[in-house]
Amino acid sequence: MSNIYSGTDMGMAGRTRTGTGKRSIRQALRKNRTGWLFVTPWLLGLLLFYVYPLVSSIILSFTSYSILKAGSFVGLQNYRNLMGDGVFWASIYNTLYFALLYVPLSLICSLALALLLNTGRRGIGFYRTLFFLPTLVPLVAKAAIWIWLLNPQFGLVNQALAAIGINGPPWLGSDSWSKPTLVLMSLWAIGQTVMIFVAGLQDISRDYYDAAAVDGARRHQTLWRITLPLLTPVLFYNLIMGIIGSFQVFALPYSLTGGSGAPAGSLMFYVMYVYQNAFLYLKMGYASAMAWILFALIALLTAVIFASSKKWVHYQGN
Amino acid sequence: MTIQKTAQLRTFLVHLILLLTAAGFAAPLVWMLLTSLKDNSQLFASPPQWLPSPVHLQNYAEAFSRISLPRLLSNTLIVSLFSALGMLLTAPLAAYSLAKLEWKGRSLIFAVTIGVMMVPGQVTMIPEFILFYKLGLVGTLIPLIVKPALGVPVYIFMLRQFFLGLPSELQQAARIDGASEGYIYWSIMLRLAMPAVLATGLFQIMASWNDFLGPLLYLNDPAQYTLSLGLQQFQNEISTEWNLLMAAAFLMILPILILFFFLQRTFIQGITFTGIKG
Repeated sequence: MSNIYSGTDMGMAGRTRTGTGKRSIRQALRKNRTGWLFVTPWLLGLLLFYVYPLVSSIILSFTSYSILKAGSFVGLQNYRNLMGDGVFWASIYNTLYFALLYVPLSLICSLALALLLNTGRRGIGFYRTLFFLPTLVPLVAKAAIWIWLLNPQFGLVNQALAAIGINGPPWLGSDSWSKPTLVLMSLWAIGQTVMIFVAGLQDISRDYYDAAAVDGARRHQTLWRITLPLLTPVLFYNLIMGIIGSFQVFALPYSLTGGSGAPAGSLMFYVMYVYQNAFLYLKMGYASAMAWILFALIALLTAVIFASSKKWVHYQGN
Repeated sequence: MTIQKTAQLRTFLVHLILLLTAAGFAAPLVWMLLTSLKDNSQLFASPPQWLPSPVHLQNYAEAFSRISLPRLLSNTLIVSLFSALGMLLTAPLAAYSLAKLEWKGRSLIFAVTIGVMMVPGQVTMIPEFILFYKLGLVGTLIPLIVKPALGVPVYIFMLRQFFLGLPSELQQAARIDGASEGYIYWSIMLRLAMPAVLATGLFQIMASWNDFLGPLLYLNDPAQYTLSLGLQQFQNEISTEWNLLMAAAFLMILPILILFFFLQRTFIQGITFTGIKG
Protein backbone atom coordinates (compact mmCIF):
# COMPACT_ATOMS: atom_id res chain seq x y z
CA MET A 1 0.00 0.00 0.00
CA SER A 2 2.84 2.39 -0.76
CA ASN A 3 0.54 4.72 -2.67
CA ILE A 4 -0.75 6.12 0.62
CA TYR A 5 2.70 7.33 1.54
CA SER A 6 3.55 8.59 -1.89
CA GLY A 7 0.31 10.54 -1.62
CA THR A 8 1.76 12.29 1.40
CA ASP A 9 4.91 13.26 -0.49
CA MET A 10 2.99 14.58 -3.43
CA GLY A 11 0.86 16.71 -1.17
CA MET A 12 3.97 18.25 0.38
CA ALA A 13 5.71 18.79 -2.95
CA GLY A 14 2.61 20.47 -4.34
CA ARG A 15 2.49 22.78 -1.37
CA THR A 16 6.02 24.09 -1.68
CA ARG A 17 5.82 24.54 -5.43
CA THR A 18 2.64 26.61 -5.34
CA GLY A 19 3.15 29.93 -7.05
CA THR A 20 1.45 33.14 -6.01
CA GLY A 21 -0.42 33.93 -9.24
CA LYS A 22 -2.77 31.02 -9.86
CA ARG A 23 -2.82 29.95 -6.26
CA SER A 24 -6.56 29.40 -5.92
CA ILE A 25 -6.85 27.26 -9.05
CA ARG A 26 -3.87 25.18 -8.02
CA GLN A 27 -5.23 24.85 -4.55
CA ALA A 28 -8.52 23.63 -5.92
CA LEU A 29 -6.72 21.14 -8.14
CA ARG A 30 -4.62 19.91 -5.23
CA LYS A 31 -7.70 19.55 -3.09
CA ASN A 32 -9.36 17.45 -5.77
CA ARG A 33 -6.24 15.42 -6.28
CA THR A 34 -5.83 14.55 -2.59
CA GLY A 35 -9.47 13.56 -2.33
CA TRP A 36 -9.28 11.26 -5.34
CA LEU A 37 -5.91 9.89 -4.28
CA PHE A 38 -7.22 8.88 -0.86
CA VAL A 39 -10.23 7.14 -2.33
CA THR A 40 -8.29 5.34 -5.09
CA PRO A 41 -7.72 1.95 -3.40
CA TRP A 42 -11.42 1.73 -2.58
CA LEU A 43 -12.31 2.86 -6.08
CA LEU A 44 -10.33 -0.05 -7.41
CA GLY A 45 -12.25 -2.44 -5.15
CA LEU A 46 -15.54 -0.76 -5.98
CA LEU A 47 -15.03 -1.19 -9.71
CA LEU A 48 -13.52 -4.67 -9.54
CA PHE A 49 -15.77 -6.31 -6.97
CA TYR A 50 -19.01 -4.37 -7.10
CA VAL A 51 -19.65 -2.40 -10.27
CA TYR A 52 -18.11 -4.82 -12.78
CA PRO A 53 -19.71 -7.97 -11.25
CA LEU A 54 -23.08 -6.20 -11.06
CA VAL A 55 -23.08 -5.32 -14.73
CA SER A 56 -21.59 -8.66 -15.67
CA SER A 57 -24.18 -10.54 -13.63
CA ILE A 58 -27.16 -8.97 -15.36
CA ILE A 59 -25.64 -9.80 -18.76
CA LEU A 60 -24.90 -13.36 -17.62
CA SER A 61 -28.52 -13.80 -16.62
CA PHE A 62 -29.48 -13.54 -20.31
CA THR A 63 -26.96 -16.19 -21.38
CA SER A 64 -26.37 -19.91 -20.95
CA TYR A 65 -22.87 -19.46 -19.51
CA SER A 66 -21.22 -22.42 -17.77
CA ILE A 67 -17.58 -21.29 -17.19
CA LEU A 68 -16.35 -24.32 -19.19
CA LYS A 69 -17.54 -22.98 -22.51
CA ALA A 70 -18.64 -19.57 -23.76
CA GLY A 71 -22.34 -19.02 -23.28
CA SER A 72 -24.78 -17.85 -25.90
CA PHE A 73 -27.40 -15.17 -25.56
CA VAL A 74 -30.73 -16.76 -24.65
CA GLY A 75 -32.82 -13.68 -23.91
CA LEU A 76 -35.37 -14.20 -21.18
CA GLN A 77 -35.13 -17.99 -21.38
CA ASN A 78 -33.51 -18.35 -17.93
CA TYR A 79 -36.26 -16.31 -16.34
CA ARG A 80 -38.95 -18.27 -18.20
CA ASN A 81 -37.40 -21.59 -17.16
CA LEU A 82 -37.34 -20.47 -13.54
CA MET A 83 -41.11 -19.95 -13.61
CA GLY A 84 -41.53 -23.64 -14.35
CA ASP A 85 -38.86 -24.83 -11.88
CA GLY A 86 -40.44 -26.57 -8.89
CA VAL A 87 -37.32 -26.34 -6.70
CA PHE A 88 -37.14 -22.59 -7.38
CA TRP A 89 -40.67 -22.10 -6.07
CA ALA A 90 -40.03 -24.42 -3.13
CA SER A 91 -36.92 -22.43 -2.21
CA ILE A 92 -38.94 -19.20 -2.35
CA TYR A 93 -41.61 -20.75 -0.14
CA ASN A 94 -39.00 -21.98 2.37
CA THR A 95 -37.24 -18.64 2.44
CA LEU A 96 -40.44 -16.64 2.94
CA TYR A 97 -41.61 -19.10 5.63
CA PHE A 98 -38.33 -18.64 7.47
CA ALA A 99 -38.33 -14.84 7.13
CA LEU A 100 -41.97 -14.46 8.20
CA LEU A 101 -41.40 -16.56 11.30
CA TYR A 102 -37.89 -15.41 12.20
CA VAL A 103 -38.04 -11.64 11.67
CA PRO A 104 -41.03 -10.85 13.93
CA LEU A 105 -39.95 -13.37 16.57
CA SER A 106 -36.39 -12.07 16.68
CA LEU A 107 -37.59 -8.47 16.95
CA ILE A 108 -40.05 -9.24 19.76
CA CYS A 109 -37.59 -11.37 21.72
CA SER A 110 -34.67 -9.00 21.40
CA LEU A 111 -36.81 -5.98 22.24
CA ALA A 112 -38.14 -7.76 25.33
CA LEU A 113 -34.62 -8.67 26.43
CA ALA A 114 -33.38 -5.14 25.76
CA LEU A 115 -36.21 -3.66 27.85
CA LEU A 116 -35.35 -6.02 30.70
CA LEU A 117 -31.65 -5.19 30.43
CA ASN A 118 -32.51 -1.52 30.49
CA THR A 119 -34.38 -1.80 33.80
CA GLY A 120 -31.99 -4.07 35.62
CA ARG A 121 -28.98 -1.86 35.32
CA ARG A 122 -26.84 -3.81 37.72
CA GLY A 123 -24.88 -6.62 36.08
CA ILE A 124 -25.75 -5.38 32.60
CA GLY A 125 -22.24 -6.16 31.38
CA PHE A 126 -22.50 -9.73 32.58
CA TYR A 127 -25.83 -10.41 30.84
CA ARG A 128 -24.75 -8.57 27.76
CA THR A 129 -21.73 -10.85 27.45
CA LEU A 130 -23.84 -13.98 27.89
CA PHE A 131 -26.43 -12.89 25.32
CA PHE A 132 -23.71 -11.89 22.95
CA LEU A 133 -21.62 -15.08 23.12
CA PRO A 134 -23.70 -17.17 20.69
CA THR A 135 -23.30 -14.56 17.94
CA LEU A 136 -19.55 -15.17 18.13
CA VAL A 137 -19.96 -18.85 17.30
CA PRO A 138 -19.18 -19.56 13.63
CA LEU A 139 -22.17 -20.97 11.78
CA VAL A 140 -20.53 -24.30 11.08
CA ALA A 141 -19.81 -24.81 14.78
CA LYS A 142 -23.34 -23.64 15.54
CA ALA A 143 -24.75 -26.28 13.22
CA ALA A 144 -22.62 -28.97 14.86
CA ILE A 145 -23.71 -27.98 18.37
CA TRP A 146 -27.40 -27.94 17.49
CA ILE A 147 -27.39 -31.21 15.56
CA TRP A 148 -26.03 -32.82 18.70
CA LEU A 149 -28.36 -30.98 21.11
CA LEU A 150 -31.41 -31.84 18.99
CA ASN A 151 -30.51 -35.43 18.21
CA PRO A 152 -33.91 -37.17 18.58
CA GLN A 153 -32.52 -40.02 20.72
CA PHE A 154 -29.44 -38.79 22.55
CA GLY A 155 -29.85 -35.04 22.34
CA LEU A 156 -29.99 -33.07 25.54
CA VAL A 157 -33.22 -31.31 24.56
CA ASN A 158 -35.28 -34.44 24.00
CA GLN A 159 -33.77 -36.15 27.04
CA ALA A 160 -34.77 -33.15 29.13
CA LEU A 161 -38.27 -33.20 27.62
CA ALA A 162 -38.54 -36.93 28.33
CA ALA A 163 -37.62 -36.28 31.96
CA ILE A 164 -40.78 -34.19 32.33
CA GLY A 165 -42.87 -36.69 30.38
CA ILE A 166 -42.91 -35.02 26.97
CA ASN A 167 -42.16 -37.01 23.86
CA GLY A 168 -39.82 -34.67 22.01
CA PRO A 169 -40.32 -33.92 18.30
CA PRO A 170 -37.87 -35.17 15.66
CA TRP A 171 -36.62 -31.57 15.11
CA LEU A 172 -34.39 -31.54 12.05
CA GLY A 173 -35.50 -35.06 11.18
CA SER A 174 -38.93 -34.15 9.81
CA ASP A 175 -39.93 -31.72 7.12
CA SER A 176 -42.70 -30.18 9.21
CA TRP A 177 -40.35 -29.42 12.13
CA SER A 178 -37.18 -28.51 10.27
CA LYS A 179 -37.95 -24.85 9.50
CA PRO A 180 -39.27 -23.92 12.97
CA THR A 181 -36.18 -25.64 14.35
CA LEU A 182 -33.95 -23.50 12.17
CA VAL A 183 -35.78 -20.41 13.44
CA LEU A 184 -35.13 -21.55 17.00
CA MET A 185 -31.42 -21.99 16.29
CA SER A 186 -31.24 -18.58 14.64
CA LEU A 187 -32.95 -16.96 17.63
CA TRP A 188 -30.06 -18.20 19.74
CA ALA A 189 -27.94 -15.52 18.04
CA ILE A 190 -30.09 -12.41 18.52
CA GLY A 191 -27.51 -10.88 20.85
CA GLN A 192 -26.45 -8.30 18.33
CA THR A 193 -30.01 -7.08 17.79
CA VAL A 194 -30.46 -6.91 21.57
CA MET A 195 -27.36 -4.73 21.86
CA ILE A 196 -28.61 -2.33 19.20
CA PHE A 197 -31.95 -2.04 21.00
CA VAL A 198 -30.20 -1.41 24.32
CA ALA A 199 -28.16 1.37 22.76
CA GLY A 200 -31.35 2.82 21.29
CA LEU A 201 -33.06 2.74 24.67
CA GLN A 202 -30.17 4.48 26.38
CA ASP A 203 -30.29 7.15 23.70
CA ILE A 204 -33.82 8.23 24.66
CA SER A 205 -33.64 11.45 26.62
CA ARG A 206 -34.50 11.16 30.34
CA ASP A 207 -36.51 14.39 30.06
CA TYR A 208 -39.43 12.56 28.48
CA TYR A 209 -39.65 10.16 31.41
CA ASP A 210 -39.29 12.92 33.98
CA ALA A 211 -42.08 14.86 32.31
CA ALA A 212 -44.24 11.75 32.20
CA ALA A 213 -43.56 11.06 35.89
CA VAL A 214 -44.66 14.59 36.77
CA ASP A 215 -47.87 13.99 34.84
CA GLY A 216 -48.39 10.77 36.79
CA ALA A 217 -48.05 8.40 33.86
CA ARG A 218 -48.12 4.69 34.57
CA ARG A 219 -45.37 2.31 33.60
CA HIS A 220 -47.23 0.72 30.68
CA GLN A 221 -48.24 4.17 29.45
CA THR A 222 -44.64 5.36 29.29
CA LEU A 223 -43.74 2.15 27.47
CA TRP A 224 -46.40 2.58 24.77
CA ARG A 225 -46.38 6.35 24.49
CA ILE A 226 -42.71 7.22 24.96
CA THR A 227 -40.32 4.29 24.77
CA LEU A 228 -41.72 2.43 21.78
CA PRO A 229 -42.43 5.45 19.55
CA LEU A 230 -38.97 6.85 20.22
CA LEU A 231 -37.44 3.45 19.57
CA THR A 232 -39.05 3.14 16.12
CA PRO A 233 -35.92 4.30 14.20
CA VAL A 234 -33.95 1.46 15.79
CA LEU A 235 -36.82 -0.96 15.20
CA PHE A 236 -36.88 0.15 11.57
CA TYR A 237 -33.15 -0.50 11.21
CA ASN A 238 -33.41 -3.93 12.81
CA LEU A 239 -36.42 -4.82 10.66
CA ILE A 240 -34.61 -3.97 7.43
CA MET A 241 -31.47 -5.81 8.52
CA GLY A 242 -33.52 -8.81 9.67
CA ILE A 243 -35.33 -9.10 6.35
CA ILE A 244 -32.18 -8.71 4.26
CA GLY A 245 -30.38 -11.26 6.44
CA SER A 246 -33.11 -13.88 6.41
CA PHE A 247 -33.55 -13.69 2.63
CA GLN A 248 -29.88 -14.58 2.34
CA VAL A 249 -29.73 -17.41 4.89
CA PHE A 250 -27.19 -19.95 3.66
CA ALA A 251 -24.39 -21.26 5.87
CA LEU A 252 -26.52 -22.69 8.68
CA PRO A 253 -28.96 -24.77 6.56
CA TYR A 254 -26.16 -25.72 4.16
CA SER A 255 -24.03 -26.96 7.01
CA LEU A 256 -26.95 -28.70 8.76
CA THR A 257 -27.91 -30.65 5.67
CA GLY A 258 -24.54 -31.02 3.96
CA GLY A 259 -25.93 -28.88 1.15
CA SER A 260 -28.82 -31.20 0.35
CA GLY A 261 -31.66 -29.19 1.87
CA ALA A 262 -33.05 -32.41 3.41
CA PRO A 263 -35.46 -33.55 4.86
CA ALA A 264 -37.67 -33.59 1.77
CA GLY A 265 -36.14 -30.33 0.50
CA SER A 266 -37.65 -28.46 3.44
CA LEU A 267 -34.34 -26.73 4.17
CA MET A 268 -33.54 -25.82 0.57
CA PHE A 269 -33.29 -22.06 0.78
CA TYR A 270 -33.09 -19.60 -2.07
CA VAL A 271 -29.37 -18.88 -1.85
CA MET A 272 -28.58 -22.58 -1.49
CA TYR A 273 -30.33 -23.17 -4.79
CA VAL A 274 -28.43 -20.28 -6.40
CA TYR A 275 -25.20 -21.90 -5.18
CA GLN A 276 -26.21 -25.35 -6.45
CA ASN A 277 -27.11 -24.05 -9.89
CA ALA A 278 -23.96 -22.00 -10.26
CA PHE A 279 -21.30 -24.25 -8.80
CA LEU A 280 -22.73 -27.77 -8.87
CA TYR A 281 -24.66 -27.79 -12.14
CA LEU A 282 -22.54 -24.95 -13.61
CA LYS A 283 -25.67 -23.18 -14.85
CA MET A 284 -24.19 -19.78 -14.15
CA GLY A 285 -26.56 -17.84 -16.37
CA TYR A 286 -29.54 -19.49 -14.70
CA ALA A 287 -28.10 -18.81 -11.23
CA SER A 288 -27.43 -15.16 -12.16
CA ALA A 289 -31.07 -14.78 -13.13
CA MET A 290 -32.00 -16.17 -9.71
CA ALA A 291 -29.64 -13.74 -8.00
CA TRP A 292 -31.27 -10.80 -9.80
CA ILE A 293 -34.75 -11.95 -8.82
CA LEU A 294 -33.54 -12.06 -5.21
CA PHE A 295 -32.12 -8.56 -5.54
CA ALA A 296 -35.41 -7.31 -7.00
CA LEU A 297 -37.40 -8.95 -4.20
CA ILE A 298 -35.21 -7.46 -1.47
CA ALA A 299 -35.21 -4.04 -3.13
CA LEU A 300 -39.00 -4.11 -3.49
CA LEU A 301 -39.57 -5.14 0.13
CA THR A 302 -37.11 -2.57 1.41
CA ALA A 303 -38.74 0.13 -0.69
CA VAL A 304 -42.20 -0.75 0.65
CA ILE A 305 -40.94 -0.66 4.24
CA PHE A 306 -39.13 2.62 3.61
CA ALA A 307 -42.30 4.12 2.16
CA SER A 308 -44.36 2.95 5.11
CA SER A 309 -41.76 4.19 7.59
CA LYS A 310 -42.98 7.78 7.26
CA LYS A 311 -46.16 6.67 8.98
CA TRP A 312 -44.67 4.83 11.91
CA VAL A 313 -41.06 5.89 12.45
CA HIS A 314 -40.70 8.84 14.81
CA TYR A 315 -37.48 10.71 15.28
CA GLN A 316 -36.62 12.38 18.56
CA GLY A 317 -37.15 16.11 18.46
CA ASN A 318 -39.57 15.98 15.53
CA MET B 1 -42.87 1.18 52.48
CA THR B 2 -45.05 -0.95 50.19
CA ILE B 3 -43.93 1.02 47.13
CA GLN B 4 -40.37 0.20 48.03
CA LYS B 5 -41.29 -3.45 48.42
CA THR B 6 -42.98 -3.72 45.02
CA ALA B 7 -39.97 -2.01 43.47
CA GLN B 8 -37.69 -4.56 45.13
CA LEU B 9 -39.90 -7.38 43.96
CA ARG B 10 -39.84 -6.03 40.41
CA THR B 11 -36.04 -5.78 40.41
CA PHE B 12 -35.86 -9.32 41.73
CA LEU B 13 -38.18 -10.61 39.00
CA VAL B 14 -36.30 -8.76 36.26
CA HIS B 15 -33.02 -10.28 37.38
CA LEU B 16 -34.59 -13.73 37.69
CA ILE B 17 -35.91 -13.61 34.11
CA LEU B 18 -32.61 -12.24 32.82
CA LEU B 19 -30.64 -14.87 34.68
CA LEU B 20 -32.79 -17.71 33.34
CA THR B 21 -32.63 -16.47 29.75
CA ALA B 22 -28.91 -15.86 30.02
CA ALA B 23 -28.49 -19.42 31.31
CA GLY B 24 -30.52 -20.63 28.34
CA PHE B 25 -28.27 -18.71 25.98
CA ALA B 26 -25.11 -20.09 27.55
CA ALA B 27 -26.33 -23.68 27.98
CA PRO B 28 -25.55 -24.95 24.45
CA LEU B 29 -21.98 -23.68 24.79
CA VAL B 30 -21.56 -25.26 28.21
CA TRP B 31 -22.99 -28.53 26.91
CA MET B 32 -20.59 -28.39 23.98
CA LEU B 33 -17.66 -27.95 26.33
CA LEU B 34 -18.83 -30.78 28.60
CA THR B 35 -19.45 -33.11 25.63
CA SER B 36 -15.97 -32.43 24.32
CA LEU B 37 -14.54 -33.92 27.52
CA LYS B 38 -16.51 -37.18 27.55
CA ASP B 39 -15.81 -40.64 26.24
CA ASN B 40 -18.27 -42.66 24.16
CA SER B 41 -20.01 -44.40 27.04
CA GLN B 42 -20.66 -41.11 28.82
CA LEU B 43 -21.80 -39.54 25.57
CA PHE B 44 -24.83 -41.74 25.07
CA ALA B 45 -25.68 -42.36 28.73
CA SER B 46 -29.35 -42.20 29.60
CA PRO B 47 -30.28 -40.33 31.74
CA PRO B 48 -27.67 -37.88 30.43
CA GLN B 49 -24.47 -37.69 32.40
CA TRP B 50 -23.85 -34.02 33.08
CA LEU B 51 -20.27 -33.88 34.19
CA PRO B 52 -17.60 -35.81 32.35
CA SER B 53 -15.86 -38.27 34.65
CA PRO B 54 -13.22 -39.23 33.98
CA VAL B 55 -12.33 -36.13 31.97
CA HIS B 56 -11.17 -37.11 28.50
CA LEU B 57 -8.74 -34.37 27.60
CA GLN B 58 -7.26 -36.62 24.92
CA ASN B 59 -10.30 -35.78 22.73
CA TYR B 60 -8.61 -32.48 22.02
CA ALA B 61 -5.36 -34.08 20.99
CA GLU B 62 -7.29 -36.42 18.73
CA ALA B 63 -9.39 -33.65 17.19
CA PHE B 64 -6.15 -31.79 16.59
CA SER B 65 -4.58 -34.59 14.60
CA ARG B 66 -7.72 -35.71 12.76
CA ILE B 67 -8.39 -32.51 10.88
CA SER B 68 -4.83 -31.14 10.86
CA LEU B 69 -5.96 -28.28 13.00
CA PRO B 70 -2.72 -26.24 13.00
CA ARG B 71 -3.01 -26.05 9.22
CA LEU B 72 -6.64 -24.94 9.30
CA LEU B 73 -5.86 -22.44 12.02
CA SER B 74 -2.94 -20.89 10.17
CA ASN B 75 -4.98 -20.63 6.96
CA THR B 76 -7.82 -18.94 8.84
CA LEU B 77 -5.38 -16.61 10.57
CA ILE B 78 -3.77 -15.64 7.28
CA VAL B 79 -7.14 -14.81 5.72
CA SER B 80 -8.51 -12.93 8.75
CA LEU B 81 -5.40 -10.92 9.54
CA PHE B 82 -4.45 -9.94 6.00
CA SER B 83 -7.97 -9.05 4.96
CA ALA B 84 -8.40 -6.96 8.12
CA LEU B 85 -5.01 -5.26 7.73
CA GLY B 86 -5.68 -4.42 4.11
CA MET B 87 -9.14 -3.16 4.93
CA LEU B 88 -7.72 -0.96 7.70
CA LEU B 89 -5.32 0.64 5.23
CA THR B 90 -7.95 1.39 2.58
CA ALA B 91 -11.37 1.81 4.21
CA PRO B 92 -10.57 4.58 6.74
CA LEU B 93 -8.65 6.41 4.02
CA ALA B 94 -11.65 6.31 1.69
CA ALA B 95 -14.03 7.16 4.54
CA TYR B 96 -11.90 10.17 5.52
CA SER B 97 -11.80 11.36 1.94
CA LEU B 98 -15.58 11.02 1.65
CA ALA B 99 -16.20 12.77 4.96
CA LYS B 100 -13.52 15.41 5.36
CA LEU B 101 -11.99 16.30 2.01
CA GLU B 102 -13.77 18.32 -0.64
CA TRP B 103 -13.38 17.13 -4.19
CA LYS B 104 -15.37 16.95 -7.39
CA GLY B 105 -17.22 13.67 -7.73
CA ARG B 106 -17.29 12.96 -4.02
CA SER B 107 -21.06 12.78 -3.72
CA LEU B 108 -21.26 10.48 -6.74
CA ILE B 109 -18.69 8.06 -5.29
CA PHE B 110 -20.46 8.16 -1.95
CA ALA B 111 -23.83 7.44 -3.58
CA VAL B 112 -22.35 4.46 -5.45
CA THR B 113 -20.75 3.18 -2.24
CA ILE B 114 -24.12 3.30 -0.47
CA GLY B 115 -25.81 1.75 -3.50
CA VAL B 116 -23.57 -1.32 -3.62
CA MET B 117 -24.09 -1.80 0.12
CA MET B 118 -27.67 -2.82 -0.66
CA VAL B 119 -26.73 -5.44 -3.25
CA PRO B 120 -26.88 -9.00 -1.92
CA GLY B 121 -23.57 -10.82 -2.22
CA GLN B 122 -25.20 -13.52 -4.35
CA VAL B 123 -25.58 -11.11 -7.25
CA THR B 124 -21.88 -10.40 -7.52
CA MET B 125 -20.71 -13.83 -6.38
CA ILE B 126 -20.83 -15.56 -9.79
CA PRO B 127 -18.98 -12.96 -11.93
CA GLU B 128 -16.49 -12.57 -9.09
CA PHE B 129 -15.81 -16.29 -9.16
CA ILE B 130 -15.42 -16.20 -12.95
CA LEU B 131 -12.97 -13.31 -12.59
CA PHE B 132 -10.77 -15.14 -10.09
CA TYR B 133 -11.10 -18.34 -12.12
CA LYS B 134 -9.78 -16.59 -15.21
CA LEU B 135 -6.94 -15.08 -13.19
CA GLY B 136 -6.05 -18.59 -12.03
CA LEU B 137 -6.59 -17.68 -8.38
CA VAL B 138 -9.28 -20.23 -7.53
CA GLY B 139 -7.69 -22.70 -5.13
CA THR B 140 -5.70 -20.01 -3.34
CA LEU B 141 -6.46 -17.85 -0.32
CA ILE B 142 -6.04 -14.66 -2.36
CA PRO B 143 -9.71 -14.14 -3.40
CA LEU B 144 -10.71 -14.32 0.27
CA ILE B 145 -8.19 -11.60 1.15
CA VAL B 146 -8.16 -9.21 -1.80
CA LYS B 147 -11.82 -8.24 -1.87
CA PRO B 148 -12.14 -7.04 1.75
CA ALA B 149 -8.58 -5.65 1.63
CA LEU B 150 -9.66 -3.11 -0.98
CA GLY B 151 -12.45 -1.85 1.25
CA VAL B 152 -15.85 -2.96 2.49
CA PRO B 153 -18.74 -0.54 1.82
CA VAL B 154 -20.41 -1.02 5.23
CA TYR B 155 -17.20 -0.25 7.10
CA ILE B 156 -16.51 2.75 4.88
CA PHE B 157 -19.99 4.02 5.69
CA MET B 158 -19.51 3.47 9.45
CA LEU B 159 -16.11 5.15 9.44
CA ARG B 160 -17.39 8.05 7.37
CA GLN B 161 -20.10 8.66 9.96
CA PHE B 162 -17.41 8.66 12.64
CA PHE B 163 -15.14 11.08 10.75
CA LEU B 164 -18.08 13.41 10.16
CA GLY B 165 -18.37 13.73 13.94
CA LEU B 166 -14.77 14.96 14.32
CA PRO B 167 -14.25 18.75 14.29
CA SER B 168 -12.89 20.16 11.00
CA GLU B 169 -11.06 22.87 12.96
CA LEU B 170 -8.30 20.36 13.71
CA GLN B 171 -7.73 19.82 10.01
CA GLN B 172 -7.70 23.56 9.29
CA ALA B 173 -5.34 24.36 12.14
CA ALA B 174 -2.92 21.68 10.98
CA ARG B 175 -3.09 23.01 7.43
CA ILE B 176 -2.23 26.49 8.61
CA ASP B 177 0.74 25.01 10.45
CA GLY B 178 1.88 23.58 7.12
CA ALA B 179 1.09 19.93 7.68
CA SER B 180 0.54 17.82 4.57
CA GLU B 181 -2.82 16.18 3.93
CA GLY B 182 -1.21 12.78 4.41
CA TYR B 183 0.16 13.82 7.78
CA ILE B 184 -3.16 15.28 8.88
CA TYR B 185 -4.89 12.03 8.01
CA TRP B 186 -2.32 9.61 9.37
CA SER B 187 -1.19 11.39 12.52
CA ILE B 188 -4.27 13.32 13.57
CA MET B 189 -7.60 12.18 12.17
CA LEU B 190 -6.87 8.44 12.05
CA ARG B 191 -5.70 8.50 15.68
CA LEU B 192 -8.91 10.20 16.73
CA ALA B 193 -10.98 7.68 14.81
CA MET B 194 -9.21 4.73 16.50
CA PRO B 195 -12.26 3.38 18.38
CA ALA B 196 -14.24 3.12 15.15
CA VAL B 197 -11.25 1.82 13.20
CA LEU B 198 -10.61 -0.90 15.78
CA ALA B 199 -14.25 -1.91 15.76
CA THR B 200 -14.33 -2.36 11.99
CA GLY B 201 -11.06 -4.31 12.19
CA LEU B 202 -12.64 -6.67 14.69
CA PHE B 203 -15.72 -7.04 12.51
CA GLN B 204 -13.57 -7.98 9.56
CA ILE B 205 -11.61 -10.55 11.56
CA MET B 206 -14.90 -12.06 12.75
CA ALA B 207 -16.36 -12.02 9.26
CA SER B 208 -13.37 -13.89 7.82
CA TRP B 209 -13.28 -16.30 10.74
CA ASN B 210 -16.94 -17.19 10.29
CA ASP B 211 -17.08 -17.04 6.51
CA PHE B 212 -18.32 -20.24 4.97
CA LEU B 213 -19.51 -19.42 1.47
CA GLY B 214 -16.23 -17.77 0.42
CA PRO B 215 -13.97 -20.70 1.35
CA LEU B 216 -16.56 -23.11 -0.06
CA LEU B 217 -16.34 -21.38 -3.44
CA TYR B 218 -12.63 -20.72 -3.67
CA LEU B 219 -10.85 -23.53 -1.83
CA ASN B 220 -10.76 -27.06 -3.21
CA ASP B 221 -7.71 -28.63 -1.59
CA PRO B 222 -8.11 -29.66 2.09
CA ALA B 223 -4.58 -28.34 2.70
CA GLN B 224 -5.88 -24.81 2.10
CA TYR B 225 -9.14 -25.17 4.00
CA THR B 226 -10.09 -22.68 6.67
CA LEU B 227 -11.62 -23.72 9.98
CA SER B 228 -15.22 -23.54 8.78
CA LEU B 229 -14.60 -25.86 5.87
CA GLY B 230 -12.41 -28.15 7.95
CA LEU B 231 -15.07 -28.53 10.57
CA GLN B 232 -17.71 -29.24 7.93
CA GLN B 233 -15.52 -31.98 6.48
CA PHE B 234 -15.05 -33.47 9.93
CA GLN B 235 -18.80 -33.57 10.41
CA ASN B 236 -19.38 -35.59 7.28
CA GLU B 237 -16.57 -38.08 7.73
CA ILE B 238 -17.02 -39.13 11.30
CA SER B 239 -20.36 -37.71 12.25
CA THR B 240 -20.84 -40.18 15.10
CA GLU B 241 -17.86 -38.99 17.15
CA TRP B 242 -19.66 -36.12 18.81
CA ASN B 243 -17.05 -35.62 21.49
CA LEU B 244 -14.32 -35.00 18.89
CA LEU B 245 -16.58 -32.77 16.84
CA MET B 246 -17.42 -30.69 19.91
CA ALA B 247 -13.74 -30.46 20.84
CA ALA B 248 -12.95 -29.21 17.32
CA ALA B 249 -15.87 -26.76 17.41
CA PHE B 250 -14.70 -25.42 20.76
CA LEU B 251 -11.18 -24.99 19.41
CA MET B 252 -12.64 -23.04 16.50
CA ILE B 253 -14.55 -20.69 18.80
CA LEU B 254 -11.82 -20.26 21.41
CA PRO B 255 -9.69 -17.61 19.65
CA ILE B 256 -12.77 -15.48 18.96
CA LEU B 257 -13.89 -15.87 22.57
CA ILE B 258 -10.50 -14.75 23.84
CA LEU B 259 -10.54 -11.79 21.48
CA PHE B 260 -14.01 -10.87 22.66
CA PHE B 261 -13.12 -11.01 26.36
CA PHE B 262 -10.17 -8.69 25.89
CA LEU B 263 -11.90 -6.27 23.54
CA GLN B 264 -15.50 -6.40 24.79
CA ARG B 265 -15.87 -2.67 24.98
CA THR B 266 -14.73 -2.14 21.40
CA PHE B 267 -17.01 -4.90 20.14
CA ILE B 268 -20.07 -3.48 21.86
CA GLN B 269 -19.20 0.08 20.85
CA GLY B 270 -18.82 -0.96 17.24
CA ILE B 271 -22.11 -2.80 17.24
CA THR B 272 -24.02 -0.02 18.88
CA PHE B 273 -22.86 2.65 16.52
CA THR B 274 -23.60 0.49 13.49
CA GLY B 275 -27.11 0.31 14.81
CA ILE B 276 -27.62 3.90 15.77
CA LYS B 277 -25.99 5.68 12.95
CA GLY B 278 -26.66 3.01 10.34
